[in-house]
Amino acid sequence: MQPVSRATYDEMIEPEGAIRPAYADYREWLDQQDPDWLKRQDAEAERLFRRTGITFNVYGDTDGEERLIPFDMVPRIIAAREWRRLSRGIEQRVRALNAFLQDLYHRQEIVRAGRLPAELLQGNEAFLPQMIGFTPPGGIYTHIVGIDLVRTGPDDFMVLEDNARTPSGVSYMLENRETMMAMFPELFSRIAVQPVSDYPRRLARSLAASAPACAGSRPVVAVLTPGIYNSAYFEHAFLADQMGAELVEGSDLRVVDGRIAMRTTRGWQAIDVLYRRVDDAYLDPLTFQPDSVLGVGGIMDIYRAGGITIANAPGTGIADDKAIYSFMPDIVEFYTGEKPLLKNVPTWRCSEPDSLRYVLDHLAELVVKEVHGSGGYGMLVGPAASKRELAAFEKKLRARPGNYIAQPTLALSTVPIFAKAGLAPRHVDLRPFVLVSPDGVDITPGGLTRVAMRKGSLVVNSSQGGGTKDTWVLED
Amino acid sequence: MLGRNADGIYWMARYLERAENTARLLDVGFRMAVTRGGGASQDEEWRSVLVTIGKDAEYRERHSGYSGPQVFNFILRDRDNPASVLCMIENARNNARSVRTGITREVWEAMNESWLALRDMLARPVREASLGEVLAAVRRQVTLVRGALDGSMLRNEVFNFARIGTFIERADNTARILDVKYYILLPSVAWVGSTLDNAQWDTLLRSVAGDRAYRWLNAGSMDPRGIAEFLILDPRFPRSLRFCFEKIRSNMAGLAREYGQETAAHELLRAAGARLHQASIDSVFEEGLHQFLTEFIAGTVRIGNAIAADYRFVQ
Repeated sequence: MQPVSRATYDEMIEPEGAIRPAYADYREWLDQQDPDWLKRQDAEAERLFRRTGITFNVYGDTDGEERLIPFDMVPRIIAAREWRRLSRGIEQRVRALNAFLQDLYHRQEIVRAGRLPAELLQGNEAFLPQMIGFTPPGGIYTHIVGIDLVRTGPDDFMVLEDNARTPSGVSYMLENRETMMAMFPELFSRIAVQPVSDYPRRLARSLAASAPACAGSRPVVAVLTPGIYNSAYFEHAFLADQMGAELVEGSDLRVVDGRIAMRTTRGWQAIDVLYRRVDDAYLDPLTFQPDSVLGVGGIMDIYRAGGITIANAPGTGIADDKAIYSFMPDIVEFYTGEKPLLKNVPTWRCSEPDSLRYVLDHLAELVVKEVHGSGGYGMLVGPAASKRELAAFEKKLRARPGNYIAQPTLALSTVPIFAKAGLAPRHVDLRPFVLVSPDGVDITPGGLTRVAMRKGSLVVNSSQGGGTKDTWVLED
Repeated sequence: MLGRNADGIYWMARYLERAENTARLLDVGFRMAVTRGGGASQDEEWRSVLVTIGKDAEYRERHSGYSGPQVFNFILRDRDNPASVLCMIENARNNARSVRTGITREVWEAMNESWLALRDMLARPVREASLGEVLAAVRRQVTLVRGALDGSMLRNEVFNFARIGTFIERADNTARILDVKYYILLPSVAWVGSTLDNAQWDTLLRSVAGDRAYRWLNAGSMDPRGIAEFLILDPRFPRSLRFCFEKIRSNMAGLAREYGQETAAHELLRAAGARLHQASIDSVFEEGLHQFLTEFIAGTVRIGNAIAADYRFVQ
């Protein structure tokens, strides 16, 4: 395996300076605008976000100040044809993920067939023994999935990681579009962009369709949040509000007559589908972490007895494991019988001696990640690291090689941002949001484009200073 | 709706109302202090504001003396004082945040913007020169949130809980102010007609935003019984005890309609309402104004507690 090395692909501008077709109409509009007016709109956008309270809290920030994720007002535009191709790949991958989870918690055919090493599951905290032999209502494990994609060339989209546990960020997809429509309404009458605004309705429908057999004709859906100090609280409240569902906390819930019920002003009301934004470990103090106050004691028993749907199912986090990720092409092929439509990023598993040797020899060129990590924490970006950081990381890597995977430093595609001095290219990724129910797979056209606001930076995570863009999928 | 959310919206409304009332009290204290000239009597005015909001003891634990800026900064923005206007607005906003699903976007944005604006204004110590402006901003921001509630909320249980919170807090506030200042309403031959007297009564009315209404209704003449009657019994004045109780009654009736049943709190409210309805200003003074108000305040607390229990605010 050799590191991928290629010139950076700019999604708006061709190397010769021509505007790519998807951006032609937008760019024509942009060039007609008064730069001073655009600057004022840019400031206005920040004010809008603050007023709406679209903020997030950063872990480890002592003053607890709520921060805004920087919003960039140049949209990221995807042509209809490109999106259709991507959608097919995403749907295939998501179906495979569900089949994979079903298999892992039942006969583990993929392990028996020798296509996945059993060691990846043994002692892995994300693999929950409590789920073994149990099938969630409707057979769905991952009701909501975020597939992180990066682009390195005109036809080269790759999956950077799968978020099958609890993908976040969908509220930014929705609010970014709202903000763009409020600031530049004329753009949307000039250019036909596929809408994203019905995502909450589709989410509600998808969750209701996954209700357990004991639910009535209008299943009761609730969103479980850790509370107002959680970094994604805004999103939890936003989605509950948009769906017309109750936003509950652990203290609102208890077991009543064999169901999970919430304390309402009229008494206890049973919940059919719980869209939980609380991690597995905190979900049930009787089963997992005994000191958790974020969940509700007994929910796993009720779940296993068919009294509630938990979305996403406990134990789906195993699919987000980065060592498992490296097997995804095999996994897709094993369950669908088809070649994977979306490529993986080439990945070295440091648990394998040959790979470890290669990684240690090329540390300064690679990106190294913890297999269980997320959010950009605990990762090394070789080309951006100092000698001291490299040496420190090498030590960690040698001590616990199985804890890491490595990938080439990708030349992520760029989209211009509206910088002080005008348009300036910045690296981006894309997280489309996928809903899965017994009725099928539903992909919202667009998603969350994250952008590294600093020149040259490849880290797009909001916890590390990344921003977001509105993502347009054009109509045909 | 969730019991926790009913609790949240109820307290959001109470904190907002309390913040506004506190701002009015400060405004009056400030006005009295500057018209009194310097020295001891000025300090006495500031102390009186602390006594009215029940924070004199806490204040003295941290400060000595009653200089104006020290007192009004303690009341406005001291983070260690949970009853400071800043803390109350923050509480109201946190409550709004935790009931986002129950309130409209307009209400949330008004609440959030109020918090942003006041937090910025109160980020640094307030100088005497800008006190008036800050207090006006508090009143204006609270009014904006109330306007958003009124103009955008469905008339359902959420709205009813908010209104009940508002009027329980307001009734409690008017009763407490009257109770602290009742001595100035006690008829005394020696006081009648003195300038000080009129100024004191004016203060009392002003602290519940009733000075203009009272003068208008009474062609400018002031008399202690008339003022007490106005603040306790006048059904037209939006801060009188009777007005507040009528509002609580109608919002509680709304809850009973929506839920198809009454609760123990309805019983308590009916009894207290009947008492207020039958009272005349003569019977109030016969019983003793202080006695009457003490019982009224205790009764209001009982009603608040019954509502919290009946509607499962907490586990």
